[in-house]
Amino acid sequence: MTHSLDRTEISLLIGLPVLIGLGFILPEWIVNYIQVSLGTGLVALGVMIQMRAGLVSFGQGLYFCIGGYAAGLAGKFAGISDLFVLLALGILASVSISFILGFLLRRYREIFYAMLSLAVSMILFGLLSSIEELGSTDGFNLPAATYLGWAPQDETAKHALYVATCIPTILCAFLLNRYLRSPMGYIGEAIRENELRVEYLGTSAHRAVHIKYVLAAAVSGIGGVLWALALGHVDPEMTNWTTSGQFVFVAILSGTGNIVAPLFGTFILEIVRVYAVELSPNTWQMILGTVMLLTIIFLPKGLWSLIKKSKSASKKGQKRSEIIAGGE
Amino acid sequence: MLTAVAIAVDGLGFAAWLFLSSVGLTLIYGVMRILNIAHGGFYALGAYSAAWSIGLYMQTGSTVALTYLLIPAAAIAVGLIAGLLIERGVLRFMYGRDEVLMVLVTYALFLILEDVTKLIWGTESYVAYQPAYYLGTIDVYDIPYTVYKFLIIGVAVLCGLSLWLVLNHTRSGKLLLVVIEDREISSALGINVTLFFTVTFVIGATLGALGGAITAPEISVSPGIGAEVIVMAFAVIVIGGMGSIGGAMIGAIIVGLARAASVHIYPPAELFSIYLVMAAVLAIKPYGLFALAEGRKI
Repeated sequence: MTHSLDRTEISLLIGLPVLIGLGFILPEWIVNYIQVSLGTGLVALGVMIQMRAGLVSFGQGLYFCIGGYAAGLAGKFAGISDLFVLLALGILASVSISFILGFLLRRYREIFYAMLSLAVSMILFGLLSSIEELGSTDGFNLPAATYLGWAPQDETAKHALYVATCIPTILCAFLLNRYLRSPMGYIGEAIRENELRVEYLGTSAHRAVHIKYVLAAAVSGIGGVLWALALGHVDPEMTNWTTSGQFVFVAILSGTGNIVAPLFGTFILEIVRVYAVELSPNTWQMILGTVMLLTIIFLPKGLWSLIKKSKSASKKGQKRSEIIAGGE
Repeated sequence: MLTAVAIAVDGLGFAAWLFLSSVGLTLIYGVMRILNIAHGGFYALGAYSAAWSIGLYMQTGSTVALTYLLIPAAAIAVGLIAGLLIERGVLRFMYGRDEVLMVLVTYALFLILEDVTKLIWGTESYVAYQPAYYLGTIDVYDIPYTVYKFLIIGVAVLCGLSLWLVLNHTRSGKLLLVVIEDREISSALGINVTLFFTVTFVIGATLGALGGAITAPEISVSPGIGAEVIVMAFAVIVIGGMGSIGGAMIGAIIVGLARAASVHIYPPAELFSIYLVMAAVLAIKPYGLFALAEGRKI
């Protein structure tokens, strides 16, 4: 079962060349937004896989920031600009930190999980904001990416970075989909439904949550590296709780139904944001909040459920939120 | 010695501000089981309306003394209007839902309130320093402090005491404790649970707005203060144990002293000392200092 490709994986595999192809066809500004939203989309993915287990992380910006800063610091102090090395560093940093923090966080559920993840991300925010060598709240710039010694210029550099963003993103989505379909992934959903039963069935819920946490951190770290390279800049705002809140927003909006949903959701949000900020800068968050409220009330499974609904005829009885059902 | 006194006084001043900003949050959580992120919005609304009304009032050139009435008035106005609108308009349809879902709902409300603030007062800063300077300063071991700081400490103690008195020594307070204990049984006993929820939410909102309003004269009121204060308020109530008013007081004192200590000893640590304390407390006592000892509390 787990060895055959499911529908999502096939679409991802077909989607990759299409996505790369689009990068050469579409106007540059759209390509930029796609590139940026692939980076943040990965973080939303990290939030989403945790939501599958009923855990809402209000501090996923932590690993987004760790990834970005790992790449940034390597570029600034060690002069490393190789994309592969930077990605590896970003993963290494976020995995090792999340592995340690996981021992603490895996003991918590529900709002305590949300609060504690938020607290941890704010520690980093405070830390980075106070280090002057790293530009305090202004952050600092990253060098342009190179690829195994190849340092493209101008147009080529843009295209190269775009392709280099698409491939890891799709790869991450592919692997996470595999993970969610694996026994380990399904345990997450079981934990959301009833943690006690999971334990009775002989599996450690703590361990499953820990693994999930580290995986989520790893993709968020990759997202951070890619995002930082796309923008050429990092700052502590990456780990502020308001940034993490936007990742949660995307995950709620797109729902936990499919691995592709958060990637699309982030892109749509990014585009809407650009226009909304231009048209009426002071009501942007209000629109965001209203959409979020409406989604929670009317589409508890996110926008993706609209697509799914046509297939499996609506199940009216399930009014309660599926994302975080359980407990009580 | 000097540093120790400075840490103590600054810490207490800071703790008073933290307590006022977070006690409404813990009250609402204790009664309604809603971790209200929109509390940051109430704080910002309170701060803006106080700063704005003080500014308007000062233009008339009258005595500063009356501005001390404007501060609670602004807080009550915000609490009544915004609190009622949100509780009656949105939250009452969501009761009984999952706690985490309520966090997301109030996060959405917080985003909306942020922009409401911007729409009403624009994005520029408001400064209403007059009430803070009017009372002059007082020297503690040769360090001058504004009397206003001690006034805030007094107000915080007063708020904490009166909440405690109302809860434990009045009829409605005792009924509220019953509601906290068991919603269903209390409504079966004929207690108007809906009314208690509405009143609690309005009081909580008013307290949040008061936290903002009373701080307005000491700071420059600008966009983003709500987002800053809410995470600190979370830290305070999580340390003390969510839903416990005594816990919020202890949490505020711990966080206040920690921040004051880092300001005086190692300034760069100021921003993250709070969260470090929170993470440390939670690592040892997962549900806060007072959560286990009292069970269901307030």
